[in-house]
Amino acid sequence: MVIYGVALLAACLLVGKLLGSLLGMVMGIDADVGGVGIAMLLLVFCVYRLQRMGCFDDKAQAGLSFWSSLYIPIVVAMAASQNVLGAVSGGPVALVGGLVVVAISFALVPVIARLGRGKYAKPMDPPESTPREDRHA
Amino acid sequence: MLERFLDVLNSNGLIAAFAFIGLLMLVCNLAARYLTGGRIHGSAIAIAAGLLLSYIGGVATGGTDGLSDIAMFSGLGIMGGSMLRDFAIVATAFGVDVAELKKAGMNGVIALFAGLAVPFTVGAAIAYAFGYTDPVAVTTIGAGAATYIVGPVTGTAIGAGSDLIALSIAIGLVKSISVMIFTPIVAKRIQLNNPSAALVFGGMMGTTSGVAAGLAATDARLVPYGAMTATFYTGFGCLLGPSIFYLVVRSIVGG
Repeated sequence: MVIYGVALLAACLLVGKLLGSLLGMVMGIDADVGGVGIAMLLLVFCVYRLQRMGCFDDKAQAGLSFWSSLYIPIVVAMAASQNVLGAVSGGPVALVGGLVVVAISFALVPVIARLGRGKYAKPMDPPESTPREDRHA
Repeated sequence: MLERFLDVLNSNGLIAAFAFIGLLMLVCNLAARYLTGGRIHGSAIAIAAGLLLSYIGGVATGGTDGLSDIAMFSGLGIMGGSMLRDFAIVATAFGVDVAELKKAGMNGVIALFAGLAVPFTVGAAIAYAFGYTDPVAVTTIGAGAATYIVGPVTGTAIGAGSDLIALSIAIGLVKSISVMIFTPIVAKRIQLNNPSAALVFGGMMGTTSGVAAGLAATDARLVPYGAMTATFYTGFGCLLGPSIFYLVVRSIVGG
């Protein structure tokens, strides 16, 4: 059933957020340290195990792929509810600081991505020109 | 008639948001196909349009939540809020390749620390150059250059005033928004075309919303890798900002 997939997703997120906030408590900060990241690792692990046991059918997977394909629309909604005016009117320090930091960080991405590997990871196949929303399903 | 229609929209906020975003995506996908010949992704245009609408909403209402401050669009705040956003981000992990994750794990950790050290240092230096010499101010602005959450958390912890906190939010917002806009543009130049680079990218940029939106507009398959490292960034930033970073700034600037 579709709800099994949705419920598994919900359970992973809740457990991840709980562990994230406990980790924050241990570190002495009142914040969620990587809860979403923990939840993602948890989901990867659970799906892997359930698929190997053969008890995670197509319907249940549909519950996961539905939410993952809603991801971009949700990000668009998020963009539409940001304080863009505040960012623009924060003055020159904000504008200069933000842009310079982003430029330098962009430049460092290929440098660090190359570290330790020696060779650069293999690029994926080029995406289609118009992205299909269910591509990563 | 119009009043009834607005009533329906107002009392079904989240549903109205689904319909509105669907329509916006349709328009942006058509624009991508016919106006740019498919060179720019529809999702990149949609995210940019969302930011523009946020600006218009901010000007129209004077509020801080963009378009969702207008009553009939209030559902956008729920749809794009952290609860559903986190839910959908975790769902993208469904497509993750475990082998890729293992291969690039160490680089992701290195990126996480470099990704925090760089904005702290550069942000602090720029704050100093603009005449902020007080260690609390320098630290708060530098932390804002990490993310708009690390900034206020750090500022509050070391006793910064609300004007400095607002400034640190603003610098974090500029960062997040420019990551959203520039990622698809520079993706090819910084070789952001594989899961390993996406993991590093998430750790370097750290702004979950910026990374997620930027990668979504570049290649949706990269989102889970970038989002995974980015979600650890803010937590570690909140940990290091008011502690090590503040101590280093204080020992250099004095006070």
